[in-house]
Amino acid sequence: MTEAQIGIIKALRGGLPLCEEPFLEPAQKAGVSQDELLAQLKAWNADGTIRRFGAVLRHRRAGYSVNAMGVWNVPDDRIEEFGRAAAASEAVSHCYQRTRFSNFRYNLYTMIHGKSREGCENAARRISEETGIADYALLYTTKEFKKARPVYFASTSEA
Amino acid sequence: MPNVPGMLPDLTAPTPPGILVKRRIAKVLLVDDLDRRLLEIVQGDFPIAERPYRVLGECLGISERNALDRVRALANSGIIREIGPSFDARRLEHVTTLVAAKVPADRLDEAANSISAFAQVTHNYGRDHEYNLWFTLVCRDAEELERTLEEIKTKTGISDIHELPAERTFKLRVNLGF
Repeated sequence: MTEAQIGIIKALRGGLPLCEEPFLEPAQKAGVSQDELLAQLKAWNADGTIRRFGAVLRHRRAGYSVNAMGVWNVPDDRIEEFGRAAAASEAVSHCYQRTRFSNFRYNLYTMIHGKSREGCENAARRISEETGIADYALLYTTKEFKKARPVYFASTSEA
Repeated sequence: MPNVPGMLPDLTAPTPPGILVKRRIAKVLLVDDLDRRLLEIVQGDFPIAERPYRVLGECLGISERNALDRVRALANSGIIREIGPSFDARRLEHVTTLVAAKVPADRLDEAANSISAFAQVTHNYGRDHEYNLWFTLVCRDAEELERTLEEIKTKTGISDIHELPAERTFKLRVNLGF
């Protein structure tokens, strides 16, 4: 990353101003021309550095309001097969293998979304039936304390 | 009824109860069909252009002014939180991890709030499990990650805390809620 690129990332923190030419102000902040900023953003958008350039919505009205972190105890030699099967489920948005720790025996994590707890449970049961992995748990959210876009190149440890 | 950006439907006209309820919902969401289409585009693919609202207007057959006014209204009503880039942390050479912590129930809110205060913490959820607090960290490098975790331990006094970086990613769907 060049200093100019880091400058652009920092200048876009908090989002674009709501005006006719919203890229002008971030370009000024970053100390680059608007053309340079636009070209950089397009390049990042094309190569996947930017996953999505768009609005963050406060309310999701898609109907998927409940989410559960589904954790699975999968034998090491079946991780690959299970990971693929779980990832194929529409209800699963994220699927990762992680290390087991102390008495927590689960090593495969799935974020499961549903319209209700029952929806999440059904999605998990289908994955379980399909794969034969029966040792799993669904950890539901009791409280959302924070959900924010990451602050990249944070210079201080605390916000 | 004409499409006036950010304006409410006329709620003063007498209407049967069922319709009134629907209008009240419309009032809460402040969204009409055009807004819905606009939201869809703005959410997934905001134009990276000198005059993005002109582009949006052209897509929807409305004026640049109208597109901007509608987005402003959606932002003012709280539906749009911000418009900007969602980066792939790894491509920015940042490191990410999930952390599981066991916090005494009566200290959960306090500990969670002090953890949320760290800029590196992006998601922080209470969960119904013995490990009752789960959060994600995005840091510039491994050293910052370790330092942040140490600071969190010191600040909260939580010792039963586990760093769980992804060993392998099977799926990562772009989250439109974000």
